[in-house]
Amino acid sequence: MRARVFVTLKPSVFDPQGRTIVDALHSLGYGGVEDVRQGKYFELELAAESSDKARSLASEVADKLLANPVIESYRIEVMDSRDTQI
Amino acid sequence: MKFAVIVFPGSNCDHDAFHAVKDVLGQGAEFVWHKETDLRGADVVILPGGFSHGDYLRTGAIARFSPVMNAVKSFAATGGPVLGICNGFQILLEAGLLPGAMLRNRDLKFHCEHVHVRVEQTDTPFTLACGPKQVLRIPIAHGEGNYFTSQEELRRLEQNRQIVFRYVNAAGVVTDDANPNGSLESIAGICSEGRNVVGLMPHPERACELAVGSADGLVMFESVVSALAQGTLTGAERASA
Repeated sequence: MRARVFVTLKPSVFDPQGRTIVDALHSLGYGGVEDVRQGKYFELELAAESSDKARSLASEVADKLLANPVIESYRIEVMDSRDTQI
Repeated sequence: MKFAVIVFPGSNCDHDAFHAVKDVLGQGAEFVWHKETDLRGADVVILPGGFSHGDYLRTGAIARFSPVMNAVKSFAATGGPVLGICNGFQILLEAGLLPGAMLRNRDLKFHCEHVHVRVEQTDTPFTLACGPKQVLRIPIAHGEGNYFTSQEELRRLEQNRQIVFRYVNAAGVVTDDANPNGSLESIAGICSEGRNVVGLMPHPERACELAVGSADGLVMFESVVSALAQGTLTGAERASA
């Protein structure tokens, strides 16, 4: 099983990197990009028999290590071996 | 009196802390590798600055799981004095020994400069010898020192008087210009509810001799020596026994 974990800063948390990127895009003429939030992306290979178990394992490691709950939240996608989202 | 200086892979201010305690202050000091599980009877624990585990993932995020951190937690729980400097502060935050988290500096720059911090609380083991509102000139060197916490937690910090240091100008006034990294409420350092765990981004250990530009940081190490000598640390005796 495979899981994708997307970690992002909570909406209430200022993202200086996202701000710098959006400023750069504006200076390149992309005024249509209204906001950018930068985050982190993890691909996990999991020894799990079911998608439920994969999700719960991914969620456990996200809580414990991948994300800091004070400033970040996360979203998980579980994939099968052919990379189809399940 | 014995200070334990914890060494993580990537710590690089461990020798500065050791020098300040041993050579400048004349106290006992020992390095303790992060894989060790006891603090060898230390009276004070210092988590030094640096880039533990390369700052990968988040600053301090991996170091918090080092075996020695269980011993540090037990030591702190019994009232033992713990000082986290810069990366050491970040580790204390990740470990949950202090509340909050660090964000990238608001201007995304690594700041390496002398700053002024005001001592907001003098009833912690590391600020006991400071005067009220004393201004210390000590260096910072970090890219992620932008202290953040929820509004609810901030209120708790204020109510419990846990904000120990604020960035100020040379006159001791909090201004936005004097805040080098965008920290919430200009917070440079805080303490635990029990007051024995203190973390700060500036480096007092790099400001203990006039030869390096300032000796203002020495008072923090003198403070903890007095605190232990006076026995004002409830439980610290137990911790070192």
